[in-house]
Amino acid sequence: MGKTLAEKVWDDHLVRSADGEPDLLYVDLHLIHEVTSPQAFDGLRLAKRAVRRPDLTLATEDHNVPTLDIDKPIADPISRLQVDTLRKNCQEFGIRLHSLGDVEQGIVHVVGPQLGLTQPGMTIVCGDSHTSTHGAFGALAFGIGTSEVEHVLATQTLPLTRPKTMAISVEGELKPGVTSKDIILAIIAKVGTGGGQGHILEYRGSAITALSMEGRMTICNMSIEAGARAGLIAPDETTFAYLRDRPHAPKGQEWDRALAYWSALRSDSDARFDREITLDANQLSPFVTWGTNPGQGIALDGAIPNPEDFADPEEVSAAQRALVYMDLKAGTPMKSIKIDTVFLGSCTNGRIEDLRAAAQIIKGKKVAANTRMLVVPGSARVRLQAEEEGLDRLFLEAGAEWRSAGCSMCLGMNPDQLTPGERSASTSNRNFEGRQGKGGRTHLVSPLVAAATALRGTLSSPADL
Amino acid sequence: MEKFLSHTGSALPLRRSNVDTDQIIPAVYLKRVTRSGFEDGLFAAWRSDPDFVLNKAEYSKASILVVGADFGTGSSREHAVWALQNYGFRVVISSRFADIFRGNSLKAGLLPVILPQADVEALWSAVEAEPTLEIKVDLQTRLVSYRNQVISFDLDDYTRWRLMEGLDDIGLTLRNIHEVENFEEKGAKFKPKTLPALP
Repeated sequence: MGKTLAEKVWDDHLVRSADGEPDLLYVDLHLIHEVTSPQAFDGLRLAKRAVRRPDLTLATEDHNVPTLDIDKPIADPISRLQVDTLRKNCQEFGIRLHSLGDVEQGIVHVVGPQLGLTQPGMTIVCGDSHTSTHGAFGALAFGIGTSEVEHVLATQTLPLTRPKTMAISVEGELKPGVTSKDIILAIIAKVGTGGGQGHILEYRGSAITALSMEGRMTICNMSIEAGARAGLIAPDETTFAYLRDRPHAPKGQEWDRALAYWSALRSDSDARFDREITLDANQLSPFVTWGTNPGQGIALDGAIPNPEDFADPEEVSAAQRALVYMDLKAGTPMKSIKIDTVFLGSCTNGRIEDLRAAAQIIKGKKVAANTRMLVVPGSARVRLQAEEEGLDRLFLEAGAEWRSAGCSMCLGMNPDQLTPGERSASTSNRNFEGRQGKGGRTHLVSPLVAAATALRGTLSSPADL
Repeated sequence: MEKFLSHTGSALPLRRSNVDTDQIIPAVYLKRVTRSGFEDGLFAAWRSDPDFVLNKAEYSKASILVVGADFGTGSSREHAVWALQNYGFRVVISSRFADIFRGNSLKAGLLPVILPQADVEALWSAVEAEPTLEIKVDLQTRLVSYRNQVISFDLDDYTRWRLMEGLDDIGLTLRNIHEVENFEEKGAKFKPKTLPALP
């Protein structure tokens, strides 16, 4: 019997496999940031251990850094201490760090691919659950906790139990105005937030292969929102074209060798998945969330469901609680919901194509009165590229705020937060209670819906303009 | 890591499903660079409500959290595990855990116990009727017991052994470090390195 892509990558990284033990898997690339690493470095120091492979490790500052006044010391002393701690640790252990103000600084999952460090067939880990983003290249990439960060720093390996595999096939053609974000929100609504637990997802089908690398990253990014630690897509010509000439892509003969290896990285035709799910791309329309977990989503044209209509009693009570928190009523049309803040950014939708798509809609128009729009590029490079293309002017002239790179309002760890009761349309990945600031209410949307919503002040698609 | 053989204590019944890591500890509480002090952030948003179960005096001694399905979804922050431990919890019982949260718990020594939803609900009712009810979670026998109830739970032998011996996971891997060296020697040359930084 053939193997799935995930199984091939797994098997190619087996350092040790013995009965009655978890597999020991080699890690090709370890990305770190300021929030989940300090305790791991402390652990190394306590045990007098070194970082085994600084040359396979890369650090950036992203989670708690400000997006304004980045040339000044970080105002919040606790945030500053955390960032300073990363700087000291990287210096002590010889790790490459892209600090605030550096041209390569940005959200860790935007930086890896743009440097060409994310390549097909690799194993990539980071103390961040959205590490699944890198799966877009056919890499096996997943989030880890701080104990595991310490394990990888010390050994460049992780003991892991082999997960199951799930194929998610999306066939057909997307209608205009429908994006990869809508695909993944629809998948999560179908599978549920726990549906992917214990599985590696493989996205496949004509609607997936038609996507750009950035669109694929958006999909893989939110695998964790379906409960799966990792999600991946087989590499193809789109992948290779993206990688060629990136700073850390293989060069010359190494490129040819790499290409030969990468080209074989696909699930065999007779490979068996533990679970298979299909979705019809032709039927998809812009998708938004109404509740407080990413599985509580619906078509933008729809209305808020009645909690009583759910079959599972747990879902009924979760939906009832969500509507109270969101201050919404069953039956309300999604498009009638008024939005205070639009957030365009994050590792889900903070790349150049996302900014271009939104800028095209905003161009020459004005953000609605009483609505604010925050545009936060995913990396300093994305910001520079956007400025070169004049996108910053389009956003600024429309009345949006143009910020420096970081995770920003996606998780509200820096000053970019919602106030209690404030409602956002956000291109990020989580609509959990208080995620974007205590008492804040989040609707997850695509960059196109975000832009249209900013102009109208209510949840909207570009077709409504 | 401290050895975990068995734990006996009272429980906190939290009748909610899909309790994500942002509910367990919001991001603004993640700025500490230590492994301690995170109890302040535990369920921070809900704690301002005096009726929230964690605020009730009858559960103040609880060391076992009994909670709804899909506990710990979302972020990979191990701070969620530390917050529960710092507050005094040793065991979490649920019918389903998010993968990363469960992995982090097993690394940090907080025991995640998976029981069928019906058993979770029976436990909720029993604890609500008698908040000081003594519950024993035994890792040696893989049994949860209270009153005349005895429920078995699954945990793979390897993880159970590691927890019972309180073994350092990194130390275990370092015993086989020659295998890592062998693997590195035969590695593909085209794989990228972060150093030196290339333009």
